[in-house]
Amino acid sequence: MELELRGITKRFPGVVANDDVNLTVRGGEVLALVGENGAGKSTLMNILYGLYKADEGEILVDGQPVKFTSPHDAIAAGIGMVHQHFMLVPVFTVTENVVLGVEPTTSFGRIDIGSARTRVAELSREFGLHLDPDAMTEDLAVGIQQRIEIVKVLFRDAKIVVFDEPTAVLTPQEIEDFFRIVETLTAAGCGVVFITHKLKEAIRIADRIVVLRRGKTVGEADPKTATQEALAEMMVGRPVDLEVDKAPPQLGDVTLRVAHLTVTDANGRAHVSDVSFEVRAGEIVGIAGIQGNGQSELVETLVGLHRAAAGTVALNGEDITTATPRARHRLGIAHIPEDRQRDGMVKDFTITENLALTSYYAPPLSHGINMQWDTARSEAERLVEAYDIRTPSTETSTGKLSGGNQQKVIVARELSRNVHLAIASQPTRGVDVGSIEYIHERLVDLRDKGVAVLVVSTELDEVMALSDRVLVMFGGRLVANLNRADTDHNDVGLYMAGAKGDFMPGDAPGDATPGERAS
Amino acid sequence: MSTPTEIYTDVQLAVGRSFEQVRRARNLGIIYLILAGVAAWVFTGHQGSATFNLDGGRSFGVAATPLAWIVAGTLAVLGGIQLARGLGRWQSAALAAAAVVFVFSLLAWAAAPRSFAFVGMLSQSITFSTPLIFGALAGIMCERSGVVNIAIEGMLLNGAFTSALVGSVTTFWVGVVAAMITSALFAWLLAWLAIRFKVDQVIIGFFINFFVAGLTAFLDNRVLSSNPGYNGVDTLKPLKVPLLHKIPILGPVLFTQTIFVYTAFALVAFLAWAFRSTRWGLRTRAVGEHPKAADTLGVNVNRMRYRNVIAAGAIAGFGGSWFTANVGRFREDITDGRGFIALAVVIVGRWSPVGALSGALVFGFFDALKDKLGFLKTGIPGEFIGMTPYIATIVVVAGFAGRTRAPKASGQPYESQ
Repeated sequence: MELELRGITKRFPGVVANDDVNLTVRGGEVLALVGENGAGKSTLMNILYGLYKADEGEILVDGQPVKFTSPHDAIAAGIGMVHQHFMLVPVFTVTENVVLGVEPTTSFGRIDIGSARTRVAELSREFGLHLDPDAMTEDLAVGIQQRIEIVKVLFRDAKIVVFDEPTAVLTPQEIEDFFRIVETLTAAGCGVVFITHKLKEAIRIADRIVVLRRGKTVGEADPKTATQEALAEMMVGRPVDLEVDKAPPQLGDVTLRVAHLTVTDANGRAHVSDVSFEVRAGEIVGIAGIQGNGQSELVETLVGLHRAAAGTVALNGEDITTATPRARHRLGIAHIPEDRQRDGMVKDFTITENLALTSYYAPPLSHGINMQWDTARSEAERLVEAYDIRTPSTETSTGKLSGGNQQKVIVARELSRNVHLAIASQPTRGVDVGSIEYIHERLVDLRDKGVAVLVVSTELDEVMALSDRVLVMFGGRLVANLNRADTDHNDVGLYMAGAKGDFMPGDAPGDATPGERAS
Repeated sequence: MSTPTEIYTDVQLAVGRSFEQVRRARNLGIIYLILAGVAAWVFTGHQGSATFNLDGGRSFGVAATPLAWIVAGTLAVLGGIQLARGLGRWQSAALAAAAVVFVFSLLAWAAAPRSFAFVGMLSQSITFSTPLIFGALAGIMCERSGVVNIAIEGMLLNGAFTSALVGSVTTFWVGVVAAMITSALFAWLLAWLAIRFKVDQVIIGFFINFFVAGLTAFLDNRVLSSNPGYNGVDTLKPLKVPLLHKIPILGPVLFTQTIFVYTAFALVAFLAWAFRSTRWGLRTRAVGEHPKAADTLGVNVNRMRYRNVIAAGAIAGFGGSWFTANVGRFREDITDGRGFIALAVVIVGRWSPVGALSGALVFGFFDALKDKLGFLKTGIPGEFIGMTPYIATIVVVAGFAGRTRAPKASGQPYESQ
């Protein structure tokens, strides 16, 4: 099967999202579509999937023009889409999610769940997906949930599969598994469109790479010869520095001291077990680890959102184990949360309002019970300027900005104060190349000014690029504490996978015995 | 050096229990001790034995005071165990068993030294739970598809009024059909305002409740009371299920009931099956949990919601006509808040038909118990006795339904791109 998009143009009020885009994908090949956030990749795919209607241009399947007015038409034409945010019902079993909308039924609308289950198992085996048809979706890891989406597409006999930012939510291991699945798909004759802004992955898996910038196709590249630098330049429109430049650290006193910290959830399960480490002024400490190894709980406890079950946290020598989040803020802890839309901002608030969230209660932003909105607004204007937030105005609601600019709003709010310790969790997740460069520079700036910086990231590249010291978490414990200069990707990767370090395989995270130190 | 807090924490971690579980277990322990105290102080107050009358002239007697002491002792021991180390996985079973023996002791105390119709009370429990079953099923159908329906009270009341008026002029079953149609119209209004105009669903629900309450009260005063011919239907007679009604105790309780009761049970079974095994059920659940996922797979979200809400209205209308059939006529506010209790039953039953059935039976039991206690002249002021079913509902919701999860998209309008 061959799919062609010819001269697609789509205008939204004020922007041309797609401008005369041409694209072809054939069965058996992987086409990578790269571009920054807001370059028009998602719009293009929504047109292809029948969710939007193009203003100009046509879609051809095997040379014949087709019209898609709903996802139904696209599915019928053999096009399947795996959305970035999965379209799965959490309380359904794998099979129920797969058959929804195309249920095989017997009499009285009864679903023939038996034959559906058999088909799901068959597809799972054929494409090496290792899915249990009866597993409950919400119990499965994100990487496995993505496979349900793939089976959904295959169950509907798709010949062209579109993946929208499929690796954004995956761990390094899951990404490798995902690439293997893509190879199985192409071997079976399916065409794959792989939308991403991660250039390394595009080069790794694609047969052809098409670069999109501001709604236009600006070039096509051969992954065999293309370099990340060249692609990044095509994508952003100017040379981009993918390395982080930094001088050797000037170490100061210990700013953050964490001792024997244990964090449990409501069911008594320990997510962080007896973790001890220090962060000194003027250094960047990176915490590497596969998602779900206790990093989120550790950060939440450090900023006061979670109660420590045991152990202590001290900032500049002062015990803050039981301090409230606001008290910690006032002591100079900045927090860039991992899920910015959930924990970092209020989507429907304006930029001014979001910027005022941590300081609204005291002068100069408030006077008695009155908010000083004029002051807040001029302060917001200053920060929008200083932090290069791209927005029509400070009164735009923050949810309307691109991911990178939303993140810059949070960075501006958190780092524009007098900060002693900056905790950045997944600071560049879902952020475009230009903004990544910017946020990294800011973090290095802070360190050079003598701030203690703690970066938590599941992107190993990011941890390795930024850190002066690398900690690795596995199973809720700290399994490594390494100088950046003495280690490499491979070494840290082994710790992340639990293949190295003093973690005993039989150790359940729940039986932490105080007094026993990790690494 | 460890501080007391750290030692406490270590102990908790060692036994694998969280603060939350420890607190819950402790609260339960205190409740056991309070119940034990009530049994010891109050239920030991009546001398003599209470006679529980069963069916077919059979009966058994219970000495009220010794029973109360035994129950008090048992509850105190359970409370002690609960406080000391928790009952673990037996916690819920123990609580249910404790509730049963406590209520049994309460009945023995209230009846001693006379007798009362125990099986009659159980039979009445089923009768009283019937409108709640219909109301709760209506609520479940709406909420499972993502629409909050607090207008069940109004739809029940409308069903009661319409079936009385139409049933009086024509025949009873024509009245029931009219009740179903009119309540379905109110449900359509709810769906239309909620889906088309995205009006807050709670506000629409309130509006329908007040509107129906006001309208039926007005028409009752102005029309029905001056024209007795417009307000009088035959009360429904129980139908005996062949053979099964002869089973001792179960026969009179379960198989000598009106058509409404049998319909309620059948509907529970049907909906439980349909939610689990049919295309309609799968799509309804998808639309209530993750409408966008359903939409991208070609399921028409809003059409599913319209259909479910309207069908729910018809069920509530049918349930409403029970009130009229039960006493033979309509009176102002005859539903007495049962529609709201049905909402609580939806939550206790965790949005499942079988769960709602059990919740409704519990409430029906306490409703019947309230009636019995009223007859037995226990010395408890009637106002307090009247509170029994409501207090029981609050306790059950708080005690057993602590960790429920509503359909995720319930109450949220859906707009496709």
